[in-house]
Amino acid sequence: MSLVERLLPNALGAAVVAAAVLVGAACGGGDAPTEVVLVTHDSFAVSKGVRQAFEKESGLSLRILQAGDANEALNRALLTAGDPQGDVIFGIDDSVLSRALEGDLLEEYVSPELAALEPDFEEPDPHVTPVDHGEVCLNVDRAWFAEHGIAPPTSLADLRLPRYRNLLVVENPATSSPGLAFLLATVATFGDPGWQAYWRDLRANGVLAVDGWEEAYTQQFSGAAGSPGKRPIVVSYATSPAAEVIFASKPLQTSPTAAVEDGCYRQVEYAGILRGARNEDGGKQLIDFMLSERFQSDVPGSMFVYPVRDAVELPEAFVEHAVAPADPLQLPAERIDRNRDRWVDRWTELVVR
Amino acid sequence: MDRARRALRARHAATAALPVAFLAVFFLWPLVAILERSLVVEGSVDLPFDVLTSDLTREVAWFTLWQATVSTALTLLVGLPLAWALSRFRFRGRSAVEALVLVPFVLPTVVVATAFIALLPDGVERSVWAILLAHVFFNVAVVVRIVGAFWAGLDERLWEAAATLGSPPVDRQLRLTLPLLGPALASAASIVFLFCFTSFGVIVVLGGPRYATLESEIYNQAARLFDLRTAAALALLQLAAVAATVLVSGRLERRLGGGRARGRPAPRPVGRERLVVGAIVAGSLALLALPPLALVLRSLSVGDGYGIDHFTSLADETPALFVAPWHAIANSLLFATGATAIALAVGIPAAVAVARGRGGLDALLMLPLGASAAMLGFGFLLAFDDPPLDLRSSPAIVPVAQALVALPFVVRSLVPALRAVDARLREAAAVLGATPGQVRRHVELPLLARPLAVAAGLAFAVSLGEFGATVFVARADWPTVPVAIFRFLGRPGAENVGTAMALCVVLMAIVAAVALLSERSLLLGGRR
Amino acid sequence: MRVTLEEVGVTIDGLPIVEDVSLDVRSGERLALLGPSGSGKSTVLRVIAGLQPPTAGRVLLDGTDVTGVPPHRRGIGLVFQDAALFPHRDVAGNVAFAPSVARLPAAEQAARVAEALQLVGLAGTERRDVTTLSGGEGQRVALARALAPRPGVLLLDEPLGALDGPLRQRLQADLRALFERLGLTVVHVTHDVGEAFALGDRIAILREGRLAQVAAPDELWASPSDDWVARFLGIHNVVRDGDRATVTRPEAVRIVEGDDAVVTAADRDGAVVRVRLRRNDGTALESVVVGVGTPRVGSHVGVEIDPAGVVEVSVWPAEGRERAPDGAPARGY
Repeated sequence: MSLVERLLPNALGAAVVAAAVLVGAACGGGDAPTEVVLVTHDSFAVSKGVRQAFEKESGLSLRILQAGDANEALNRALLTAGDPQGDVIFGIDDSVLSRALEGDLLEEYVSPELAALEPDFEEPDPHVTPVDHGEVCLNVDRAWFAEHGIAPPTSLADLRLPRYRNLLVVENPATSSPGLAFLLATVATFGDPGWQAYWRDLRANGVLAVDGWEEAYTQQFSGAAGSPGKRPIVVSYATSPAAEVIFASKPLQTSPTAAVEDGCYRQVEYAGILRGARNEDGGKQLIDFMLSERFQSDVPGSMFVYPVRDAVELPEAFVEHAVAPADPLQLPAERIDRNRDRWVDRWTELVVR
Repeated sequence: MDRARRALRARHAATAALPVAFLAVFFLWPLVAILERSLVVEGSVDLPFDVLTSDLTREVAWFTLWQATVSTALTLLVGLPLAWALSRFRFRGRSAVEALVLVPFVLPTVVVATAFIALLPDGVERSVWAILLAHVFFNVAVVVRIVGAFWAGLDERLWEAAATLGSPPVDRQLRLTLPLLGPALASAASIVFLFCFTSFGVIVVLGGPRYATLESEIYNQAARLFDLRTAAALALLQLAAVAATVLVSGRLERRLGGGRARGRPAPRPVGRERLVVGAIVAGSLALLALPPLALVLRSLSVGDGYGIDHFTSLADETPALFVAPWHAIANSLLFATGATAIALAVGIPAAVAVARGRGGLDALLMLPLGASAAMLGFGFLLAFDDPPLDLRSSPAIVPVAQALVALPFVVRSLVPALRAVDARLREAAAVLGATPGQVRRHVELPLLARPLAVAAGLAFAVSLGEFGATVFVARADWPTVPVAIFRFLGRPGAENVGTAMALCVVLMAIVAAVALLSERSLLLGGRR
Repeated sequence: MRVTLEEVGVTIDGLPIVEDVSLDVRSGERLALLGPSGSGKSTVLRVIAGLQPPTAGRVLLDGTDVTGVPPHRRGIGLVFQDAALFPHRDVAGNVAFAPSVARLPAAEQAARVAEALQLVGLAGTERRDVTTLSGGEGQRVALARALAPRPGVLLLDEPLGALDGPLRQRLQADLRALFERLGLTVVHVTHDVGEAFALGDRIAILREGRLAQVAAPDELWASPSDDWVARFLGIHNVVRDGDRATVTRPEAVRIVEGDDAVVTAADRDGAVVRVRLRRNDGTALESVVVGVGTPRVGSHVGVEIDPAGVVEVSVWPAEGRERAPDGAPARGY
């Protein structure tokens, strides 16, 4: 009997057994709530030590389910509303908050930690709890502008100028959360319908629209380290320049990029208890923990956004390289809610078609 | 007599039962679940005819169709010379080249798209040309594999006969080669068409918001805009188109089976042939190697110089991934092993059933390729929410989803080989006292060792590189390499991009190694 | 082992391939199943082996009905026309196949392999790759493989069909000696009359799925059952007259001095010369001459016919439809 004949049946048998074990393993699992499950987007991050601290204090293991960007994570939660995949959802920003509330997705929960937050965030809708805020701003590639001897733009209006022709990349507001924030920033700046004329000008000036932030920032923007991109202006976050320093492959004195302070739009990210959660108590503990000093001070370093808790110390790179826009733009949630679809459709006609 | 026949029929039915059950549970059930959720309103079905006739649908369907057609034609154009060089000649390093050709086919689309943006000049990088080029890059392997294997099996003497009958070289190619290759060409073309028709990653990255295929628009509608009704309508349209393609290709495939003339072993190229073969192989390799080389360079560039820092940092934990990146490599190997096991356990009986003439099963097996990953992912969430199949947040769902994608490859590579096993060998074994089981074990399996190794290798590689379905079901603490690459690319900073590039290179290396191993069937040896 | 077929019929896709075949092969007997291609002889063999379930009738081995028994439990040896050796096994691996699936002890397996290879004259070739064997060697290995489990019946499906002249004759002689030594029951399918005469104790002629005649070689030659059988056996001196035909065996036609006919052809076939004549009345006649001294083409000769070599037979098909045997040897008219 040849080697093949001896090995093959065994290999096949092993394959069947392995398949059965894999499926079997999936079918197992106990009922006692020993874990709490967080449903969130791909950008969620937390330091190992902080995560372990929560697990130690609560006696629960923390499982994290990531499901695409903020929008996709919310949609998946909406699909399974009432029979959720997890206990807590994190990453609902105010531009989609109304959808979460209408989708009957969340249980009410008012955390006792709310009192410790900055005044702006103290009184949210009782279904949600603010966890962080980030500002969507224009980012520029400093080296590119220095090299070409052109002054970088300092305001949204500047982008219409011929010298910025073919330099800007933005995200599609239909599919991207910073893209929507930037559209809202133009609405807040130029009014409705004034924003439409602005975008017509941008299109004439060669704006490039892509579907997501990853694509815009890591593929099209020339200033991101390692990016093959060729455009020196991008819609990103106020904290992106700090990230370039922290994740640089060798220590940097200054960031290769800078955020433009004018025209920044504030996004607040919320967490909430999912209706039908298997471990609602664990979920409440998790939300309280997310507002704690420990978690809040980890937020800038892990996710490049700002904490909502009062008097949290920021990392050095943040203080030095990130812009904290003094007076970010914001639109009322109900106005966004009433107009979002119309604005996005109109934007698609103006910019993409 | 009747009893014997009934027993035989029962045995055949039992063979088909496992694959059918697998597809019913892991494909049809979730699909029905999401379609029901999308299209049933208050107990009655709301047929989305208006969506099918809308401008958006027409635009998207038209783009999907023509880009797939053009991509297929270009892929054949690029792939045929290489298939010729690799199948008709013997030269040093041929199997290495064959393995390398397979690498692009299983690279994650995100990675390749990144490489293309880096390589292509301004203006081309985000045009329709970039999409077509990327499709050619991905699918050349399909043409080389399918057409090459068939070509290698054709008897050299046919061409010699044509030559002695006075047919000059070019005439021989037109009059003889094309018609002889007809079924293989059609089969390869239909598979490439299928891949381009359902293209997702390439379109999303290189097409931006301007270009959308049905698949990318379904994702857009379902996952981003949460318009399930539109998504379901487009998904049904795509499924119908794919089913039609599959039926056509299945018919062509059937004509491929059967015995092959045994010619002499392929000759070494001589004289002018050396130049032509050398030029084709070198040219194709250069085209195929450029994007991966760009990735290797980027993985090694540290600051202004070069180094292996990005590779050593794979052991360091980062907040981006919850685990150290090397875990992703271990996970990928584990999941791909599981997926390969499942795909073989389900695919072998499926291939046996298909080889016996169950064409319907063949079509059913191909359908997962045509079902949008986003819709299927949503279906998983709805279907597998209760014990005993509470799989939706279990790591075990990953190999299952990957196996679904790898299954058609397993079946497709086994069926022709099964059909080619000489029936008399089975009969000889039976007369010598071998039970049906012994015939399978002592005659069929060893004869199929090489196709099985190829099928397993392909399934493993496809599972390793699978992204669309995996990203939908993978858990954050169990990332695969493509998912990890995607996460790293999604974060700013040179460190993250470098890590992503290093992971790309590791993935390519694993895929190339698997391809080489399965190509040579070294593990399985066996006298030929 | 005795092989009995009772009214066996096989219909495939509505077409009758074999009809109403009854045969009784005694233990130790060698039966040649002779017929033109498409006559159904291979199908009969497959029915005996169990590879083809009959749609009618029964198959018995030593009186036991085995009609529903699958091939691997029948204990029958079968040699295919082109050997059908397992390409993934070497010579010994092929020969050891049956002993190994029967789970004989390793030593016993090795002994069987050595014995079988010894029988076919290939001792010492155990480790050779079967793809490097010549046609004759391949056939011998196939035979050894079939003999290794010591079957009660050996079925041969055109075993020499793929081989050429001298090799074929040598193997034919080897086979006959071997079968006589082993005392095996053998059913041997062939379309070659010479091979059937050489290897069969009895010959069964199959025509369009039905048995035309079953007889010992001498009896067959002496009294073919009808004109079709006579022509098929290579007797060309057949004259039809209504529903009867007169068959004159060529060895009964003696060439003498005289002027009865003209020699139109004279072809040497080994020890004999086949001479074709045109009689003065225009009819053709064939004669066989032994020894040297081939008549010259064109010469005029006398003809004497031994009445013992002339038989009157029925015609086939009966309804006067003129029909030549499809597989009749090429030489002749």
